[in-house]
Amino acid sequence: MVHWTAEEKQLISSVWSKVNVEECGAEALARLLIVYPWTQRFFSSFGNLSSPTAIAGNPKVRAHGKKVLTSFGEAIKNLDNIKATYTKLSELHCEKLHVDPENFRLLGDILIIVLAAHFTREFTPACQFAWQKLVSVVAHALARKYH
Amino acid sequence: MVLSASDKTNVKGIFAKIGGQADDYGAETLERMFATYPQTKTYFPHFDMSRGSAQIKAHGKKVAGALIEAVNHIDDIAGALSKLSDLHAQKLRVDPVNFKLLGQCFLVVVAIHNAAALTPEVHASLDKFLCAVGNVLTAKYR
Repeated sequence: MVHWTAEEKQLISSVWSKVNVEECGAEALARLLIVYPWTQRFFSSFGNLSSPTAIAGNPKVRAHGKKVLTSFGEAIKNLDNIKATYTKLSELHCEKLHVDPENFRLLGDILIIVLAAHFTREFTPACQFAWQKLVSVVAHALARKYH
Repeated sequence: MVLSASDKTNVKGIFAKIGGQADDYGAETLERMFATYPQTKTYFPHFDMSRGSAQIKAHGKKVAGALIEAVNHIDDIAGALSKLSDLHAQKLRVDPVNFKLLGQCFLVVVAIHNAAALTPEVHASLDKFLCAVGNVLTAKYR
């Protein structure tokens, strides 16, 4: 089980309480697809991903980004049991979606940058540490049921 | 991985915006890297890691200087950083994974101070550039 200090929990929730899940999720997923174009391999059904503009404006990207970040919110509600929270999703990503877990790490890194751009100075080094820990734990939990 | 003409334009553009603050960005990048990825401190056991440390400021300036050198010679980063590459291979031997961590923190610092300028396209180009620099610095490792 992951140990979170009171300070880490506070830094995570105080940032999360101000996050617009739909906007932030859409931004993070769009940037993942733009910065690491090979990640588009999982989204051939999403239509036009031919340029950064197309990706950023793609309604399926927006919707899926919101879905992904909403799921992140579940981890934040259950910081003391993230593993259990993601058991089914982990199985899904392995057995049905066939997503290389490295992609979870890439998305986590992108999310950190999106949060930094949004919160600027409020995203202190301590804050970055807590969120980096969170995205690593989430990535690990999502990879845990792979076989 | 090759830097396209637009990548080079994007990178030069963002560094022009950073301008004289590059040294501060370098120091903040290191500060965040040490805070976010504590294992990176193992390469600096002799450093004063407290906030505003003179050593971190000085080293941040060195790192920023190297990035600027790479930007100024973006058509031949390997040539521009050849001596640094030798140094990292023969003396410093920083594990290659750490260049990614430094790059991530530099992007965070740019995002914090230049959010509007860090469009997805610029973000992609800058990420590629930082990867290219890391690749050059580890190219002679073996």
